[in-house]
Amino acid sequence: MSDKTDTLAPVDVLTAAQRVAIARHPGRPGVAEIIDALFTDFFEQRGDRSSTDDPSIMGGIARFHGRPVTVLGNRKGADIEERVACNFGMASPEGYRKAQRIMLAAQKFGRPILTFVDTSGAYPGLEAEEHGQGEAIARSIELMSSLTVPVISVICGEGGSGGALALAVGNRVIMLENAVYSVLSPEGFASILWKDSSRADEACEVMKLTADDLLELGIIDGIIPEPAGGAHENATALFQVLDTQLTRELEALSKMSPTALANDRYRKFRAMGATAVKRGRI
Amino acid sequence: MAGILAERRNRLLALKKMRQQGTAPAVEEKTCPSCGRVLHDDDLVNNQFVCPYCGHHFAIPARDRIKMIADDGQFRELDVALVSTDPLEFPDYPDKLAKLRSKTRQGDAIVTGIAKIGGVRVAVAALDTRFLMASMGAVVGEKLTRLIERATKQHLPLIVFSASGGARMQEGIISLMQMAKTSAAIQRFSDKGGLYISVLTHPTTGGVTASFASLGDIMLAEPGALIGFAGPRVIEQTIGE
Repeated sequence: MSDKTDTLAPVDVLTAAQRVAIARHPGRPGVAEIIDALFTDFFEQRGDRSSTDDPSIMGGIARFHGRPVTVLGNRKGADIEERVACNFGMASPEGYRKAQRIMLAAQKFGRPILTFVDTSGAYPGLEAEEHGQGEAIARSIELMSSLTVPVISVICGEGGSGGALALAVGNRVIMLENAVYSVLSPEGFASILWKDSSRADEACEVMKLTADDLLELGIIDGIIPEPAGGAHENATALFQVLDTQLTRELEALSKMSPTALANDRYRKFRAMGATAVKRGRI
Repeated sequence: MAGILAERRNRLLALKKMRQQGTAPAVEEKTCPSCGRVLHDDDLVNNQFVCPYCGHHFAIPARDRIKMIADDGQFRELDVALVSTDPLEFPDYPDKLAKLRSKTRQGDAIVTGIAKIGGVRVAVAALDTRFLMASMGAVVGEKLTRLIERATKQHLPLIVFSASGGARMQEGIISLMQMAKTSAAIQRFSDKGGLYISVLTHPTTGGVTASFASLGDIMLAEPGALIGFAGPRVIEQTIGE
């Protein structure tokens, strides 16, 4: 333990834009590496059972310290060939439908679900629109909110827009220290708000997308510290901390009844977004 | 058949009353963006904001939209005074909100309420594109979720007229979470057997399409409405299609 804590980065030394760069680092461990390191007996489930398999969503059954669980995440791909096949981590509607059927199977057999989120967003292409991208994401969110098994979501790299949320409606949502989570990619944000995607760095600062910001806003439950320089510098150290944290969270959630788990998740998201009552005439 | 005719007459009478009281939707003489003809105020209102020549559907302010479908043009509005807290302390945002509030006389981009349609009590909501392109932030999410929860408790059918540019950028991640909040509420409503009619009006995009708007038991859309997940600008910016 001691050698690992020595390598942790001091808090608040990086700007939001720097963290975005680390979150996007090509060497950053992805869902495939995390599954490989933290789980055993992984059995991948492919396809949405109706049209095709979207490799940008990776999921299946595995054991976590001997216990059967379902793992699910966004796959960006390790090399250029895989990245192209995975659409650089941007899932299609078929990917979200695959995620849904994998989660339903987990619920049927009472397996806890662990999701690892790392996407700049859902794929925004014309074909994706024609196949109902909006509906596929909406159904994923709706389904996750109702699950009666423990759900833990880890924002590992980029958590961009509804495409990320579709896998992140967890009882616990935790973030890696240098991961970012936002309503849209900084480029998309700048493009929508200022009609200028080159102002992305500026967007990073106003968006409140770092783990610290989101903990303060009550959006996430905890932060997993990363090795100095980012997770890609020492993935093994990161995996150890992640493993400890997931074990602890899963243990706590496993004590809850199926109804309590669904209610807990409903209340968690129900409470997000404070409003005020204005006195006098609107 | 007689019922339908009586209903139609009631609606026309309601609109007439609104005009006489001076509460009729303030539409100036305008050019139809679709066919280019100049339309008179009355013609547009009498034709329920549809161009009588080409069928183009004009955007309708949220309260007028609800009055148009409610019996006698009456409804009880809920959470009228709910406003944003500017959670991200976003530059210039409070000023913008204040201006839009006084312009639209609405707290935010949504109006919710209880109305009767053909004598049946319904929970109804309409989004309003005049207010930051009807984007969804905490107020839209909260008012809608309260309405859905009320509909669940009181076993009312739910009708939502969606229109939206998507999540409200100025409320960032809080806006994103409204997708989870509203979808979860719809899920519970649906689980209890509630009927949800989702009406998609022009344009319905982004986080609204990817949450409550796509979860209707019955989905209706305005002719020619743009409905999608990514707006044209995001598609172009992201992948150049």
